[in-house]
Amino acid sequence: MAALTFTLKIAPQQRVDVSPLTPDNLAGKSATDIAALPLQCGNRALRTDEVFTIAGDDAADIRLLKSSAKLDLIGKGMTSGSITVDGDAGAYLGMQMKGGSIEVSGSVGAYAACEMKNGVILLRGHAGDFLGAALPGNKKGMAGGVVVVKGNAGDRVGDHMRRGAILIEGNAGGYLGSRMTAGTIAVAGTVGEHLGYAMNRGTLLLLQAPPLLPPTFNDCGSHTLGFLPLLLKSFKGVDSCFGGLADSLKRVRRYAGDMAAMGKGEVLVVI
Amino acid sequence: MIINGVQIDATFAEAFPMKATRVIITAQNHKWAHISAQAMTGFATSVIACGCEAGIERELAPSETPDGRPGVSAMIFAMGGKGLAKQLETRAGQCVLTSPTAALFAGIDAPDQIPLGKNLRFFGDGFQIAKRIGGKRYWRVPVMDGEFLTEATTGMVPAVGGGNFLILAKSQPQALAACEVAIEAMRKVPNVIMPFPGGVVRSGSKVGSKYKALNASTNDAFCPTLKGQTRSDLSPEVESVMEIVIDGLTKTDIDQAMRVGIEAACSLGAANGICRISAGNYGGKLGPFLFHLQEIMA
Repeated sequence: MAALTFTLKIAPQQRVDVSPLTPDNLAGKSATDIAALPLQCGNRALRTDEVFTIAGDDAADIRLLKSSAKLDLIGKGMTSGSITVDGDAGAYLGMQMKGGSIEVSGSVGAYAACEMKNGVILLRGHAGDFLGAALPGNKKGMAGGVVVVKGNAGDRVGDHMRRGAILIEGNAGGYLGSRMTAGTIAVAGTVGEHLGYAMNRGTLLLLQAPPLLPPTFNDCGSHTLGFLPLLLKSFKGVDSCFGGLADSLKRVRRYAGDMAAMGKGEVLVVI
Repeated sequence: MIINGVQIDATFAEAFPMKATRVIITAQNHKWAHISAQAMTGFATSVIACGCEAGIERELAPSETPDGRPGVSAMIFAMGGKGLAKQLETRAGQCVLTSPTAALFAGIDAPDQIPLGKNLRFFGDGFQIAKRIGGKRYWRVPVMDGEFLTEATTGMVPAVGGGNFLILAKSQPQALAACEVAIEAMRKVPNVIMPFPGGVVRSGSKVGSKYKALNASTNDAFCPTLKGQTRSDLSPEVESVMEIVIDGLTKTDIDQAMRVGIEAACSLGAANGICRISAGNYGGKLGPFLFHLQEIMA
């Protein structure tokens, strides 16, 4: 069986909802059925074969080639299989994903991995705002799985996040981990202002000291924390620099906060 | 059957079903991992009065432990799941949580899970932190030396308790010497523990007693000082008998441990005063698992 490949053949004027193109939804469907699937584009629906050239038959291994930032909701709610995106992707990539994996060679828009439950997302480019967050108005963000960003991430990463891990190898924007309930966000680069804003619980692991911590985070001193090697070792299975730190990263300075919220979160700065 | 001049009796040991779990204790170094494990597995020689039987299985290199520190694996056996859970929690709370630098992890994966640190977390008084790592839940409990890291639950599996054999020798020092070499060899067998002091029990018991309150009493048939006073199983030259009790995850594990232990004891041979190898045979009253010595050694 060959990977089921969708090659973008038009330059969409409107955003295209490609959420029907998941391994779960395409399993067992014939080529004719897949070609006829409606994809919402602006205020009208297009047939899949109007948007993509389709080849291959393995629905568990989906490839989106020549992808564009106009393609939204890639892998929405998927539970298994893999989606490989060659190019950029739009908003809501991996939204409410429950399993499987998504890899994007380019950058993605806002709300990637929002309300994600499980699985792995690897972004080789940059991520937009609200990575791993809750949808507007909702209070439960990412609740499991691992997201790796090789580039930079925008503002509000992990807003309302509840569980899982977001590993950013570049820089992160402002309000990192805002209103976070639990989970882990690690950043290798720099972070923006208002780190951990209204954070209740959870861990922000920073390889570089932030220029300024909010005044509502209290210094708890330097420590060797036993869970860190265990946590970092668990990332060895994903393509991330953090897995390689399991044997060397031990000492951190711990700041507890946000004291303006529940105050049981922590910022761990590697020393 | 005779091995190196030592008679292997045509008898069998009896064992009974138990529930078991394995935990991994890590610490700053092996010294403190052992201290913690010894405390946790202390006073756990027999379910008759200890509530469980426990022991250290083996030492673990840093590469074998979840947090990459030196560790020790220990196993606990009890008659039922509830008893095992209670003993594990009490012992972990009093002996591992309290032990400097110690961390506690599940050592066995099984569908049946019992609490490990799940309830110990409340010691953190609200400052405890949960972390789900690799699909497993851990608790970080703040303590005075830093943080106590513990896995929330561990697996519970059906197991076998009470496998045993007796070493009959011409003198007490010779019986003990044979036990020591047997235990040293048996400690290399995985999935088993020898829960008695140093792995050896000198007060083997029989089922029942003349006293109504007791359900076990001295195994008078193997007491050398009663040779002329009771229906003895001992020949005139036997002056001391010691027993090695084995708990294992499966009957096969106990078979293997018994084989290795008896071989080691027999390696000293009749020349070193070892006369016979026998077993705690209670006529089928103790349990459904039978370990025929001659079959094991065949």
